[in-house]
Amino acid sequence: MRRRWATVIAAVAGAAGLALIASAQQNAAQQNAEIQVLPVQGNIFLVTGAGGNIVVQAGPQGMVVVDTGLAQMSDKALAAIAKLSPKKIQYIINTHVHPDHTGGNDAFRQAGTTIAGANVTANLTDVKLGAQIFAQDNVLMRMSAPTGSQSPSPFGAWPTETFNSGRKQFSFNGEAIEIIHQPHAHTDGDSIVFFRRSDVVAAGDILLTTTYPFIDLERGGGIQGEIDALNTIVEMAVPLRQEEDGTYIIPGHGRICDRFDVVEYRDMVTIVRDRIQASIKKGLTLDQIKAARPTLDYDARYGAKSGFGTADGFIEATYKSLSQKK
Amino acid sequence: MGIARFWCLLLLFLPILTAQGPGSYVPGREPGIDLAGNWGPVFHEDAGERGPGPELVNYLGFPINEGARLAALSYDASRFTVPEHQCEPHIVTYIYRGPLNVRIWEERDPQSQELIAIKQYIDNYEQTRTIWMDGRPHPSDAALHTWMGFSTGKWDGGILTVYTTHLKRGWLRRNGLRHSDQTTLVEHFIRHGDHMTHVSIVTDPLTLTEPLIRSQDFLLRGQNGEGWLYPCEPVVEIERPRGAVPHYLPGENPFLHEFADKFHIPLEAALGGAETAYPEYQLKIKQSATAAAKK
Repeated sequence: MRRRWATVIAAVAGAAGLALIASAQQNAAQQNAEIQVLPVQGNIFLVTGAGGNIVVQAGPQGMVVVDTGLAQMSDKALAAIAKLSPKKIQYIINTHVHPDHTGGNDAFRQAGTTIAGANVTANLTDVKLGAQIFAQDNVLMRMSAPTGSQSPSPFGAWPTETFNSGRKQFSFNGEAIEIIHQPHAHTDGDSIVFFRRSDVVAAGDILLTTTYPFIDLERGGGIQGEIDALNTIVEMAVPLRQEEDGTYIIPGHGRICDRFDVVEYRDMVTIVRDRIQASIKKGLTLDQIKAARPTLDYDARYGAKSGFGTADGFIEATYKSLSQKK
Repeated sequence: MGIARFWCLLLLFLPILTAQGPGSYVPGREPGIDLAGNWGPVFHEDAGERGPGPELVNYLGFPINEGARLAALSYDASRFTVPEHQCEPHIVTYIYRGPLNVRIWEERDPQSQELIAIKQYIDNYEQTRTIWMDGRPHPSDAALHTWMGFSTGKWDGGILTVYTTHLKRGWLRRNGLRHSDQTTLVEHFIRHGDHMTHVSIVTDPLTLTEPLIRSQDFLLRGQNGEGWLYPCEPVVEIERPRGAVPHYLPGENPFLHEFADKFHIPLEAALGGAETAYPEYQLKIKQSATAAAKK
């Protein structure tokens, strides 16, 4: 019996060791990832390689940053962003709660500044320290915790200003910026950010060019909200000509898109949703639906091998989301 | 001349003797040929496909995988009535197959006359294409993908060879067969007097099991020709619920047998695959038909 326990302990320790090694390798790989900065159009730049995509608006007033990547990539990402403007980050906008998009919040906030009038700074001497962080209300709810409880994210990473009215608008660097809530899409706190003069939309993880959408049911996501959000982006975007150029859309992960890329992704999600819906109507179980491979035509392009965005994960989330609706 | 002096002179002139990149242009000694002019298509091959378009569920001869086949079978041509699909151009991997005129010209550095790019204007969907000849690298993976992609060219003797990346998802054939946005394209433009042959090799590991090779021919036009415009403005043709995407559910394509029945070929041949591109496949089909008749 003792020998059996020793074997079990050794196996568990071995597995844990392997997991630690894998995790360490993953972190090391991420930390060694190359940060790339690409001009998009107008005042907008895309920063890749820090986890989720980071979108930067740079101009004479300073910088607005949409999402902040992984915490461990903050130094590299900030160094790359600092080259875009001699002025500091004034505003951070979170498209949603996940740590590959909010992990750098604390570091980015500390590297930034808030411009406030003398009547404020006289009373609140620390008000200039750090940038403001905007997000939809549910992002703060999911990053924080009631007093006395351990919060999922450190206090310094929390949004400093939230909105629950569906839309927040402000102007910076001579450009109107709209933050538009997309309920129950990838999560329940998704926002898309529209830079109106530059004609660029930061879509967060509602749009990915790397994998299937990750519908985070635990955090309030849903398939119909995901499709609604994609349709909203399609409706906002205007091609320059022949379904090309015009409005550029930056996904949460992957490459720069224009409207037609979003249309293709919307079509894919809608078609898969329709297939699963039809299978549910026929009374098929989740396992039967998975076995029928309703994503076969898109698996080579969007099916992640593991982790987020796998075909099975997408089918399961869609099935559960459609079943919940009933 | 002493050995040392010879080597010194050789080293001095070596960069000039071996130079290939920008800065090495010598007038009159540039490789390649002039492709400039207005070119019109010659429809002596695949005319039915290139003019009116291919039949539905005719994938014969296309080396597609099962995923590409399912996507094509799901395709409902009504998708073209959706406003955001109405102005979708033919992608560069396909555009030379359709009806088109092509204008080709060179872009040269005004001071050095070095060839910077070969440009093309294709009237079908008003597409302008740039083939960079100055050795510049292809863009980052995170850059935009477009209908004409990002192309670089080089001369292989008198043949212009072009390599294209950064493509959108687009037609392999305009009946629902599509390649992915991970596709790459190699082309050869071969001029024989007033005749030009264009060979395209489409590689897409996500939808094709082997490269798809096609050729088209063009004739140099003596005149500018007409029909250089293709304005497109989408409109709502059919009222539908927001975001509706016309498609057939798996197993429900009503046109599945249409092409196969019309031309009396087995459905499995119509559904394509690499095997159906080769002459030996005809023998296999005959043998299986004979075996079936015997039963």
